[in-house]
Amino acid sequence: MRSPVFLSNPVMELSCVKQSELLNAYESMRLIRSFEEMVVGLVNKNEIAGVTHEYIGQEAVAVGMCATLGPNDVLTSTHRGHGHLLARGASPAAMLAELLGRESGLNAGRGGSMHIADVSLGVYGANGIVGAGVPFALGASSVQDGPETRIAVAFFGDGALNQGVLLESMNLAKVWGLPVVFCCENNGYAVTMPSSRATSVTPVERAAGFGIPGRTVNGMDVADVSAAATEAITWARNGFGPYFLDCQCYRFVGHHTAESTMKLSYRTQEEIDLWRLRDPLLRGIELLADSGVPPETVSAIDNRVDTILAEALDLAMAGIRPAPESALDFLYSSPTLVRWGTS
Amino acid sequence: MTVMRYQQALAAAVRDEMSEDPSVIYLGEDVEHSLRFVSAGLAESFPGRVRDTPISEAAFTGFATGAAMAGRRPIVEYQIPTLLYVAFDQIVNQAQKIRLMTGGQTQVPVTYLFPGSGARLGLAGQHSDHPYSILAHAGVKTLVPSNASDAYSLMRAAIRDDDPVAIFAPAACLHRRAEVPLDFVGRIGQASIVRSGSDVTVLAVGHLVHEVLEVVDELGTSIDAEVIDARSIYPFDWRLLSESVARTGRLVVVDDSNRTCGFAAEVCATVAEESFAVLKAPVVRVTRADSTVPFAVELERAVVPSREQIVQALSKVIEYTQR
Repeated sequence: MRSPVFLSNPVMELSCVKQSELLNAYESMRLIRSFEEMVVGLVNKNEIAGVTHEYIGQEAVAVGMCATLGPNDVLTSTHRGHGHLLARGASPAAMLAELLGRESGLNAGRGGSMHIADVSLGVYGANGIVGAGVPFALGASSVQDGPETRIAVAFFGDGALNQGVLLESMNLAKVWGLPVVFCCENNGYAVTMPSSRATSVTPVERAAGFGIPGRTVNGMDVADVSAAATEAITWARNGFGPYFLDCQCYRFVGHHTAESTMKLSYRTQEEIDLWRLRDPLLRGIELLADSGVPPETVSAIDNRVDTILAEALDLAMAGIRPAPESALDFLYSSPTLVRWGTS
Repeated sequence: MTVMRYQQALAAAVRDEMSEDPSVIYLGEDVEHSLRFVSAGLAESFPGRVRDTPISEAAFTGFATGAAMAGRRPIVEYQIPTLLYVAFDQIVNQAQKIRLMTGGQTQVPVTYLFPGSGARLGLAGQHSDHPYSILAHAGVKTLVPSNASDAYSLMRAAIRDDDPVAIFAPAACLHRRAEVPLDFVGRIGQASIVRSGSDVTVLAVGHLVHEVLEVVDELGTSIDAEVIDARSIYPFDWRLLSESVARTGRLVVVDDSNRTCGFAAEVCATVAEESFAVLKAPVVRVTRADSTVPFAVELERAVVPSREQIVQALSKVIEYTQR
């Protein structure tokens, strides 16, 4: 069984994180959680085609990381990408419209959950291939055209730790001294494969093999993620090269929406229940209470998020579906002869 | 107008684009020392914009994608044509698909340069492929210039294009010289009639254009062949081809891809579908065998398109109508 980790010292971190930041972080985590719950419902009702990979349980990682990023920074996401976009400030309505396959979607209905992107926010896309977006972060971080050093965060899961392109990218980032933060969302399982059976060393040891400094982070605690993110991003922004974070977290739901029907036994209910006690949202409420925020304020945030999402869903559902004859749009940047499947 | 060798023309195109556009960068294995001659002297002329990479094809191909999304125009050189396979996910499943998948939010203006593609006697199984058909199949803009002039103008067009573009420079063309009109930027998607004729259309790719021209010259007045240089494999100039076939009524396709699902197969299928009524004879292909290239030179020669096969193919389409 994979037991929860208790790594952080909350008292120390509280002093580092302002109340306003905690409020924003909690609202962002709540938005991700409720968004994902809404998405599960829409998939189950067949409003959303295919399957989606929910971020439920891992909210603190995206929120803690993105809260530390500047406007010119870039991130690359994973197949479990909704949380990264929402934490970066993408429109829930445009995201829902995308998942619902509408022309008004963030990607004009051409990407769906697995390729959702908001390039205007520096989000270079979710990705359907494990680890494949990581080298984009390196390339983006090599382009420095703003007043402040641009850094790029590459999000990936523990499953990517054995993917060649990630290992190549870690080496390249180090030898070129690129300002990249490698953020491993270590939820313990690559679909059903426990990381203990898949990866020969710990993530931080793997990073050390490339000469990249790193640390383990309590990925269930937004204050700890935020503190670690600040450390990593400061390191990279100051020209010391890449940094690695092993954010230990847990997904409370299946690998994807369809898993609930598959009766898989790779983890026990007991394990899931134990991790649920460490729910990043409960931890967020705890942090807010400790900083003097009354429960009514938390309820008000919850209600506001519900309203935002209800309105977003109405807007998304009202969006038009793309015309079949537009299926070849967006393939090329300039007029290019593209043939349909029949002559 | 300057007479240049093929590789010099590619190098001149890169140099001219890098001079005009500071966003153009060049990366790949051993490019600072220019093992393939295209990047000769660039590292000194453009400090910081030419970069040797570790032998990590997936990572540096993906690096180019990210840099392109952030505003650069990277040129990525692959020392060996088959390194395409190592970088395949990053090209066909990532860079090529990003524009559509993001609904046009971004573009990936990367040029993939394969500066010595195809068999060249003795490089054996893993260094002798000429894999342009594979990228065309995946919808990547794919160019195979046959001469120094096209190498220059199409290289410039590729660098300026806002989408991923692959350029395969045939190894068998690298020694060729031609007059190169500098400052000319070509157009992707245009084939070229390199010899006009009325008996048969011969569509050829890369170095095989020269083989076909020499065969046709040797045959003298017996066959009046129209020879087309495909130049752009994807998108392909279907209109120019169909107009030519309408005039000649016969087609031979000469293509250095494996026979199955290669470029020639696509051309013949399309002509059979769309130009059947004008055909006076069945279309004929000269392609590679469906084989790995074996090492011994006799065996290598046996599996790649040969002049004898081109002669036989021409005879076959011409004689068919003489029965």
